[in-house]
Amino acid sequence: MPASYTIKDILRRGGLLPLLAIGAVAGGATAAFAFAGGWLTPGHLHPAQIVNALEGHDGRHEGFRRAHAKGLCVVGHFDGNGQGLALSKASLFRHATTPVIGRFSLAGGVPNAGDGRVTFHSLALKFDLPGGEQWRMALNHVPVFPVATPQAFLDFQLATTPDPATGKPAPAKVQAYMARHPETKAFVDYMAKAPLPDSFANASYNSVNAFRFTNDQGQSRLVRWIFTPEAPFGELDKTTLASLPRDFLFDEVAGRLAQGPLVWHLSIILPNAGDPTDDATKAWPDDRQRVEVGTLTIDRAVTEDEGPCRDVNFDPTILPAGVAPSDDPLLAARSSVYAVGYTRRTGEPAAPSALANDKAFPAPVSGQSAAKEPAQ
Amino acid sequence: MTSTTFSGPARLLHWIMAVLIIAMLFIGVAMVATVGTSHNWLVPLHKSVGATLLVLVLARLAVRAIHRPPPLPAEMPGPQKAIAHLSHLVLYALMIALPLVGWSMLSAGGYPITVFGALHLPPLLSPDRALYATLRHLHTYLAYTLFLTVIAHLSAALMHGLLFKDGVFQSMAAWRTRR
Repeated sequence: MPASYTIKDILRRGGLLPLLAIGAVAGGATAAFAFAGGWLTPGHLHPAQIVNALEGHDGRHEGFRRAHAKGLCVVGHFDGNGQGLALSKASLFRHATTPVIGRFSLAGGVPNAGDGRVTFHSLALKFDLPGGEQWRMALNHVPVFPVATPQAFLDFQLATTPDPATGKPAPAKVQAYMARHPETKAFVDYMAKAPLPDSFANASYNSVNAFRFTNDQGQSRLVRWIFTPEAPFGELDKTTLASLPRDFLFDEVAGRLAQGPLVWHLSIILPNAGDPTDDATKAWPDDRQRVEVGTLTIDRAVTEDEGPCRDVNFDPTILPAGVAPSDDPLLAARSSVYAVGYTRRTGEPAAPSALANDKAFPAPVSGQSAAKEPAQ
Repeated sequence: MTSTTFSGPARLLHWIMAVLIIAMLFIGVAMVATVGTSHNWLVPLHKSVGATLLVLVLARLAVRAIHRPPPLPAEMPGPQKAIAHLSHLVLYALMIALPLVGWSMLSAGGYPITVFGALHLPPLLSPDRALYATLRHLHTYLAYTLFLTVIAHLSAALMHGLLFKDGVFQSMAAWRTRR
């Protein structure tokens, strides 16, 4: 029987059923694709919802990060002491120097917000390791986080979004949220009580989430880490925050760096059996074993407009061999949510940062343009 | 004498790539839509499979240059032949473009380009904010286009096999090369 290509011949030979079957295969595959892409399950949390909530909370500021919008680039290096290699084969831990770029920032999505707020003082870092490897970190001065899961993060943002009528969050919504989330309530109470560092230079910076380290022998363990400053701690008077100059924290650290480098000691914290490794709202007790693995030196600060950090996504799951994410649900969500935010802001023109015309940051002279080298 | 089937290497590459491309499309669309811990392994897997597919499509172009594909049946209507040739051209263009756009996009974003856990590919271009966003969107649109083209290709292949019965399906599905 010769091949036939006309509809009439195909139907005459009983082709209707195969034709329907082919349609079912094509339709089924498309439905499966739509399911995988989350289009058929609007109830499932999508990373874009969290970015939308951040934009709803603090406004949509084109070209800026949707969280930690106000920041300052820093450039420095890390000197490993070799001790970390017992825990992880990451090349950062070798007895060697690794170049680092980073960013001091304050939490919140308003790029020109005042610095006098009871909020996270943060440090993000990007270590450029040999052979094209990178280690990116996004660290906070507080060792714990207000929420344990991405859903709680979304709910927290929505509950605390200012009501357009009053400019403040609706107290009933906040109370309802806090009633369901004692861990957030505990965090807010802790923040109100804990001393707030009076400088970026004298704050500790914590990994917040746990990560999995693997050494050369294949031994694997979950850890957290902390950068401890050499600069002695000083406390901000929380009663006078509102009267402080808008950019006082950033100007202050610029002043310190003009005098000389700032140094932190990196310690890896090893948990005891039973310490939570998948819940960033729970602190590990202070007596846990710490292994000092090297020192971070920050040599200079450069505004985002002139510096190497503005267009870097400080995704804490960009890790070298020897370090992997833990099962902490926040960690994977940070990666997928940051990716959405990064695509949004890089698609918008970059706007001048709050510090662009700040006299604490002199315009770089031509010989110092190394700070403008593109982020690797 | 011309063969009525694709060469053995061509068929092997076709079916390996078919499985990987379909897996890749599903991994890609799932990983960007989730906040779950699967994101931690889906993203590295996507990069590794993408690099593999780039190598495979280059090998496939070489195989295609050495072993010409069998001609479409003489009795097949001209417009259908034209559509078949065009769809294959689109498939090849997308199979080459998608990994290259992905690699370029990661380069423009300043990301490390890590495949198979330990191998770091060099950046294809310098970090560039606006270019990153453009390539990131392009990657998505090209992937949707590839998905639809794959579905059309699959439907057409099944029509050849179940309805036209003209040997075109067998030319790729046969176990053995036939003369």
